[in-house]
Amino acid sequence: MSGAIYMADDAGAVRSVELDGLVALFHAPSGMTHIVAPPAPQILEALGQGPGDARAILSRIADLYEIEEDAGTEAIEARLDELEAVGLVRRA
Amino acid sequence: MRHQVSLAIGPVSFRVGSAWPGPVRALAELYGDYPKPEGDVCDFTVRLEPEKPWRRWLRPSVAISGDYMLPDAMPLSLALGLLAAEMGMNLQMALGQKRFLLLHAATAEKEGRAVILTGESGAGKSTLSALLGERGWRLMGDEFALLDLDSGDLHPFPRAVSLKNGAIKVMEAEASADRFGPVMEGTPKGTIRHLKPRADAVARMEEPARPALILFPRFGGERAIRGVGASEVFVRLTQASTNYVALGSRGFDALTGLVARCPALAIDYPDTETALTLVEELWADLPQ
Repeated sequence: MSGAIYMADDAGAVRSVELDGLVALFHAPSGMTHIVAPPAPQILEALGQGPGDARAILSRIADLYEIEEDAGTEAIEARLDELEAVGLVRRA
Repeated sequence: MRHQVSLAIGPVSFRVGSAWPGPVRALAELYGDYPKPEGDVCDFTVRLEPEKPWRRWLRPSVAISGDYMLPDAMPLSLALGLLAAEMGMNLQMALGQKRFLLLHAATAEKEGRAVILTGESGAGKSTLSALLGERGWRLMGDEFALLDLDSGDLHPFPRAVSLKNGAIKVMEAEASADRFGPVMEGTPKGTIRHLKPRADAVARMEEPARPALILFPRFGGERAIRGVGASEVFVRLTQASTNYVALGSRGFDALTGLVARCPALAIDYPDTETALTLVEELWADLPQ
């Protein structure tokens, strides 16, 4: 069963700078700055390839992380909830 | 306005108008050695007016300075008038400045490179920068660091240093009497006395410097040095900035650039001499 499908703004809408393991993001549409930890930047990057649910996102970034698929999906969903709450992703 | 004076401080010009002669006369005296702004147009206008318009205009400043209000009584005393002018200049800069990213920080320069001292009120920024300015550094400013959005350089904003309470005696031992303004007792911030920066700081106030070191000083406790991670530096500097949000992506680029370029350390110090020694040691350790 597939979960909710998420999408992110175009890559041009977000500036990102890595700062000692964390990433500072400037989200131009909202004018807000966020500091995010992995895997949030990777989720946004994966959504740059197009909308997807947690499982699809996980498969796109799986090569970066050694995580159990089920636990991983849950973790990705939790991060998607947080990213949605701050307006960095939205449901497609 | 019945009384007014125009001031150029670094790259910024102000016109301060007042219904009362005292504050304007005191400002003109304090800034008598500064060059006058070119032309008739100033970047910012500050008005000191009777109760109603002044209070209406003052309201937004509560979020910034927050710890005092002007009394209703008129006329303004000299002390409150100078404070109000200073606060008005701060407010205009803090809210209106679009050319630079403003950091609530003191800066001092040596050989073209600058140290940025930032921290909460009471961390000792003003005193430390004023002392550095007497001991071989060029005081660039004790209140605002002006980060150029394009070049990433810091521009001086060498206003008269606003010394409070114990810092007054410290600086009276360092600088000649003719560089001090009047002693203003009983202000909402205690006793205040202004110190004119050294002549070279004023003469070179259009000369920017390259930021080289960020320090977060904290008064009290044993001498200590701690590294501060880049993400924490970034967050603390967004909090220290008055116009970061208003500048949008330009502010983001300027601030992340600064954080990437400059090492940053938190320092604790029990007394000002220790703090000065720390600054000099850390400065000497910087890569050339």
